[in-house]
Amino acid sequence: MSEPTQNPVLTSSLLYLDGVAVAFDGYKALRGLSLVLAPGEMRAIIGPNGAGKTTMMDVITGKTRPDEGDVYFEGQYDLTKLDETEIAELGVGRKFQKPTVFENHTVSDNLLLAAKAPRSVFATLFGGAAKQERETIDRILGITRLGDERSRQAGSLSHGQKQWLEIGMLLAQDPKLLLVDEPVAGMTDAETATTAELLKEIARDHSVVVVEHDMAFVRELGVKVTVLHEGAVLAEGSLDQVSADPRVIEVYLGR
Amino acid sequence: MNKSLTRLDWIGRGFLVLTIAVAILAPVLALVPAKTSMFYLPPYLVALLGKYVCFAILAVALDLVWGYCGILSLGHGAFFALGGYAMGMYLMRQIGTRGVYANPILPDFMVFLDWKALPVTWWGFNWFAYASLMVVLVPGLLAFAFGWFAFRSRVTGVYLSIITQAMTYALKLAFFRNDFGFGGNNGLTDFKDILGINVQADSTRAALFSISTLGLALAFVVSKAIVSSKYGKALVSIRDSESRVRFLGYRVENYKLFVFVVSAVMAGIAGALYVPQVGIINPSEFDPANSIEAVIWVAVGGRGTLVGAALGAIVVNFAKTFFTGAFPEYWLFGLGGLFVLVTLFLPKGILGLALATTANRRPPAKPEAATSAAAKVSEVKS
Repeated sequence: MSEPTQNPVLTSSLLYLDGVAVAFDGYKALRGLSLVLAPGEMRAIIGPNGAGKTTMMDVITGKTRPDEGDVYFEGQYDLTKLDETEIAELGVGRKFQKPTVFENHTVSDNLLLAAKAPRSVFATLFGGAAKQERETIDRILGITRLGDERSRQAGSLSHGQKQWLEIGMLLAQDPKLLLVDEPVAGMTDAETATTAELLKEIARDHSVVVVEHDMAFVRELGVKVTVLHEGAVLAEGSLDQVSADPRVIEVYLGR
Repeated sequence: MNKSLTRLDWIGRGFLVLTIAVAILAPVLALVPAKTSMFYLPPYLVALLGKYVCFAILAVALDLVWGYCGILSLGHGAFFALGGYAMGMYLMRQIGTRGVYANPILPDFMVFLDWKALPVTWWGFNWFAYASLMVVLVPGLLAFAFGWFAFRSRVTGVYLSIITQAMTYALKLAFFRNDFGFGGNNGLTDFKDILGINVQADSTRAALFSISTLGLALAFVVSKAIVSSKYGKALVSIRDSESRVRFLGYRVENYKLFVFVVSAVMAGIAGALYVPQVGIINPSEFDPANSIEAVIWVAVGGRGTLVGAALGAIVVNFAKTFFTGAFPEYWLFGLGGLFVLVTLFLPKGILGLALATTANRRPPAKPEAATSAAAKVSEVKS
């Protein structure tokens, strides 16, 4: 195995996965997954159910330890050796498939908790919301179109609004890399279109990985697509390219 | 929901005023009026109420970890009992030559066991300041050590509850042993003086009651400050969605550890206030059933409200005193039934019910939020 620092693909990458394998009780969720994301890139990941999309997210964010393979962030941080909190501190943010906002807090408190600020017990115990944090919150309420809902209990938001709030929380966290899992599942067409706009806006100054089933949505994003199948990469390229790939048609689009 | 929260703050202020008023009034009523006066507060009642107030502090401490952080501790009685033992040890050392064996250093049970010297664990307990330090330190350190391992290993939910229960049970067995050095089965009792004053005098009892009530007010203020801070918001988030908080970059184990230690210290102080008022501490205080009863107080009063927890402790203990007198055989069934009823029909306890009924009496708020949300959606669609 080569030294990580000598590999030019690795050193110029933001996220680097090589030969990652994960098995749960003998079931191979990932078998040799390799993926390289350049800084500032937005990437869509598609694939049928059980292709390993969520497991891949779990590996990157430290929830699951891979059995084999390398996972590096910014070409130098070995993510397989860090836990969720450390990885989040490095600048990897994650949006879950099911919207998970803090339902018992207001919209602005949700953003306050996510906003980039010292996370130690004593900092949060004695420090209030700094001016900078309040400005961040106002800005994000604008971007996510939630300005009028700031004092509402997050649990009472509509499904689409919760998804936007969660994307807003990711923005407040200001990570270098955003992992977004099925952001438009269960959304109306109008909401889907708004979400695509929102993500494109975010991708201007963040790297984003979007996992999605919805082809219309992926087309709207207009970015490079990676197709996963049975825990490995099946094809990579523009949506038109991969749609034309006979193997992709067979496992996924042809159904 | 937000409305009920602000009303809860109003209730919190009312609670503070009430506790401070009681702390001032009770000693006056216990000491000033003639014994025949209708305003006279007899000593047995002062002792009984003082006991309830100490339980209320324990309930607030438990609500802090359970109601706000979702840590269902079934062993909080252990911290209460440890604080109580620390105070009991001080009171034992104050007996001096007035004990049955009149040994100036060794408490009676040690003379009886034919011990020649005071064990190291008892050193320094003749000083009130040292004993007070131990009241805080011993439960705090135990909670720190326990929490350090449990939260780092991500033990949660029912598994955590079981090991807290095991902890208090293990301590109970240890304290039962004579050679453990804390009075064994009989525990510590026959106290004479506290700070040179007769601990059983009416005026001392009244003062202890006042101090306990102020202690309850202080516990409430500290807890309220904690849960109102950004830290408190993170704590509620951990309760509702622990892994999400981790992915936001928070050290969940440190957050849990801090609140667990603060809560254990509060429980220890409650125990230390309890012991001089009831005049005895023995291993039965470590009984798991005590800790479970404390959970019931919090559930009955209203989990996650602090005031409700204190209220629940006092209401349930009043009921206990009444029913164990009137129908001693049925109390445990009553307690169990109460817990089932509250869990099924009053998920937010007595306080939640009170808040809901007062809210229903008011005209419903205008659905402004809903209309503006609908407007937003149509705006987005266009």
